[in-house]
Amino acid sequence: MRWLRKNLIGIVAVLVLVYLFIPIAVIMVLSFNKPSGKFNLSWNEFSLDAWTNLCGVPGVCSSFVTSIQIGIMSTLVATLLGTMIAFALVRYRFRGRSTTNLLIFLPMATPEVVMGASLLALFLNLRFPLGQGTVIIAHIMFIISFVVVTVKARLQGMDPRLEEAARDLYANPRAVFRYVTFPLVLPGILGAALLGFSLSFDDFIISFFNAGTLVTFPIYIWGAAQRGIPVQVNALATIVFLVALAIVLGGQFVGNRRRKALDRAAPITVDVMSRS
Amino acid sequence: MVAVVPTTGGQASAAVVAQRSSKTGYLLLFPGLAWLGVFFAIPFVTLFMTSLQQPIPGKSGKYTFGLEFGNYVEAFTEYWPLYVRSFMYAGIATVIALCIAYPLAYFIAFRAGRWRSLMLVLVIAPSFASFLLRTYAWKTILADEGFITSTLNALNLLPDDRILNTGIAVVAGLTYNFLPFMILPLYAALEKIDPRLVEAAGDLYASPQTAFRKVTWPLSMPGVVAGTLLTFIPAAGDYINAELLGSTGNRMIGNAIQTNFIEFRDYPTASALSFMLMAAILVLVFTYIRRAGTEDLV
Amino acid sequence: MAEAQGTRAVDDLHLQNLTKKFGDHAAVDDLTLTIPAGSFFALLGASGCGKTTTLRMVAGLEDPTSGTISIGDKDITGLRAFERPVNTVFQSYALFPHLDIFENVAFGLRRRGVKDVKGTVESMLDLVELSPMARRKPTQLSGGQQQRVAVARALINRPDVLLLDEPLGALDLKLRRQMQIELKRIQVEVGTTFVHVTHDQEEAMTMADTVAVMNAGRIEQMGHPADIYELPRTVFVANFLGQSNLIEGSRSGTSGDDVLVEANGLTFAIPSDRVFADGSAAIVGVRPEKITILDAVDGDRIPDHHNRLDGIVTDVSYTGVSTQYLVRTAWDQELIVFEQNVVVGDRSEVGDAVVLHWSPKHTFGLDGTGGTTIGVDPEVLALEAVNASLVSDAPEA
Repeated sequence: MRWLRKNLIGIVAVLVLVYLFIPIAVIMVLSFNKPSGKFNLSWNEFSLDAWTNLCGVPGVCSSFVTSIQIGIMSTLVATLLGTMIAFALVRYRFRGRSTTNLLIFLPMATPEVVMGASLLALFLNLRFPLGQGTVIIAHIMFIISFVVVTVKARLQGMDPRLEEAARDLYANPRAVFRYVTFPLVLPGILGAALLGFSLSFDDFIISFFNAGTLVTFPIYIWGAAQRGIPVQVNALATIVFLVALAIVLGGQFVGNRRRKALDRAAPITVDVMSRS
Repeated sequence: MVAVVPTTGGQASAAVVAQRSSKTGYLLLFPGLAWLGVFFAIPFVTLFMTSLQQPIPGKSGKYTFGLEFGNYVEAFTEYWPLYVRSFMYAGIATVIALCIAYPLAYFIAFRAGRWRSLMLVLVIAPSFASFLLRTYAWKTILADEGFITSTLNALNLLPDDRILNTGIAVVAGLTYNFLPFMILPLYAALEKIDPRLVEAAGDLYASPQTAFRKVTWPLSMPGVVAGTLLTFIPAAGDYINAELLGSTGNRMIGNAIQTNFIEFRDYPTASALSFMLMAAILVLVFTYIRRAGTEDLV
Repeated sequence: MAEAQGTRAVDDLHLQNLTKKFGDHAAVDDLTLTIPAGSFFALLGASGCGKTTTLRMVAGLEDPTSGTISIGDKDITGLRAFERPVNTVFQSYALFPHLDIFENVAFGLRRRGVKDVKGTVESMLDLVELSPMARRKPTQLSGGQQQRVAVARALINRPDVLLLDEPLGALDLKLRRQMQIELKRIQVEVGTTFVHVTHDQEEAMTMADTVAVMNAGRIEQMGHPADIYELPRTVFVANFLGQSNLIEGSRSGTSGDDVLVEANGLTFAIPSDRVFADGSAAIVGVRPEKITILDAVDGDRIPDHHNRLDGIVTDVSYTGVSTQYLVRTAWDQELIVFEQNVVVGDRSEVGDAVVLHWSPKHTFGLDGTGGTTIGVDPEVLALEAVNASLVSDAPEA
């Protein structure tokens, strides 16, 4: 009983983690399923059909590729714009800071239905044709905020003395940025890009409102939900999940090795670094 | 509002960089802010304008500019139960999410030690699988013949003898989908708390429960508020959970907006509904800002 | 770390009317100073006195509000940090975490366009005995090793002036002592002007040829460590540099070459060239180690010309090398006396009546306006006040 009380929080924590993964498990398991009817909702029999024939159902692969294209395009632009904003927020003084903060925050706090709807209203009124272009525009819009938050945090965590040291050592402003600032912020930028891509790839509501006849992967899934979702979709989603997980875990692993060396070598320095 | 996304390199310096005051700052800001201005802020204006439009007789789906504030009255009269239901579902989901998320966030912040990074990855990881598919998976998990439903039924806990296609499923789905948005801000706030404060409380005769109530909980409030906002707001506007897991009696305001836009092509009504939803949410956000300012938002 | 790099011809560093204001607050207030070429110069002061700000202005990391900085005839005030022949060793070392040691040390050379850095970097790493670490990252080194890298990284550029911003603060005591000796040795060998900023007065006095004591943006006193220690000219310096006994009194006349100061009924003689008080309010100052403590009954053994006073011992602290006494005078001031433990076992005890005496040559006279506590850490004063109230509240034993 004592043990239970002491570890109660840990047990609850693990249970919550398990809870988070239950649907993932269901998705993965059902990718190996051969459904008895149209709907892949319950286990019938084991089959690798979906995996061996990933593009077997028309529309699945084309929508997947569309989503990837859109993801890359919007991530590139949003990461660039968001990084620039992050630098401005951290390193520069300007007027209208409150308004800027608000404008960046609101997209993260607005329901997708409202954002999708208002953009659609804009495009309709301008008679702007709906399609890949409008979807990319929309995605860039809501990814920027997340990039700003991520890169800003990374920038703020950077020791300002490092840039001063570079200036002290004959680096002009461009060299400071190229040899010190950028390499140190880069992991944050990459993290933001990964986040942005996954937000774009998985976006449904905003895309649905603004895609016109274009079919992205989530839009395909939505449409298929009424008719029965092909097992290939589960397989593809599993692949995306595993790849993203691998990338994130890989990044963690690299970071951990660096941290272990730090802990091993210099407890005094860690103390100074964290206090200064 | 501490960053939703946990970052690795965020410790080191509290030394403040003297900020430069130059044109470069504005130049850096301009493209991104312009994009947000044009594609986020202005659309609200067009949304409002659209909500005031009048139909052109004889041409369905086409509207002319107007000042038909009556659209709002009509929309509200017809759909007000959906607003109530949406806020109720979102509210319940948020409270449940808070109860579930807090122990996990607490554990990761204070007890996880070297497992911390891994656990944070595990919190985010499910978001890498399709949101739609995850929601859809609950149809399997909560199926009428499934383990969970049968068990609860045997215990006579279910008013409708089923979970799917009821409000319970919708709330369950909402709770699940937005849980990471509650966990991460909570974690970010808890992680900032110096554990020695709790030790000090103990040294001053506080029991563990009292120490939590008087020290940890108040200090975690910024995270609680952030998590609550970031969970409630998207949940209130969601319609996917309602569509996939609920029935016609569980429609939320998001469903109505979607239906009016896409199926009925009744743009004025749909826009009016969106606008009213956004207004309600802005009230919440501005109440928060009044108390806490904007610096922590981003 | 011995390998002579030879002395180079460098010029003096001149700071002229240097001022730095943050809003209305002057962190550095009209500072004029010449630091001789090739010397080891220490800027000593408490935190917030402006020493770091001064250093940063010399480095070019901070722009002065007014004033100029020049090396020899060359005015460098307008030059930006990366254009100045000045390098800095930072307090937290500021080693680039994403570069290995070799690249850290080579950084300045590369930015100046030096093509072949290998030979120079390797011999510099040899000099600081870190050659095996060349390909490691800073986080893999210990504090002392990182410190050496920071020094190497700066020195390799052969600057006219090397600035050190409390570089030894993060090291533990023994390591710090070692590094003090090493840095001094390097400075002598290389011949570069070192400007060392610190709040540790022992460090300043050990390492520097010249020490400048800074307070509130200004230099209070500057000179050879022994000179300013033995003859402080302001209360601040007397309190900040080592410890002093300061007795408030007023001028009462002269006697030969000595100035007489009366305090609490006693008369003290101070040679006139050791007095820095203009008006009548004067403070009699004497360092604790200059005082001899005798049992009261031995009072007649004191030379006539010595300054003397009676007191009761209130505290005895044995530190191994010396014994530190606190002696309460008739007017309730506690004086400090350090006595070297030459004769084992011969110590006064708490409650003993004693007489203190010292030579006028060891006395200094300071301006009495402002009181005797300038330069004492306010925290110490606060604690003493708490202590006093506790004592006065305590019931009579």
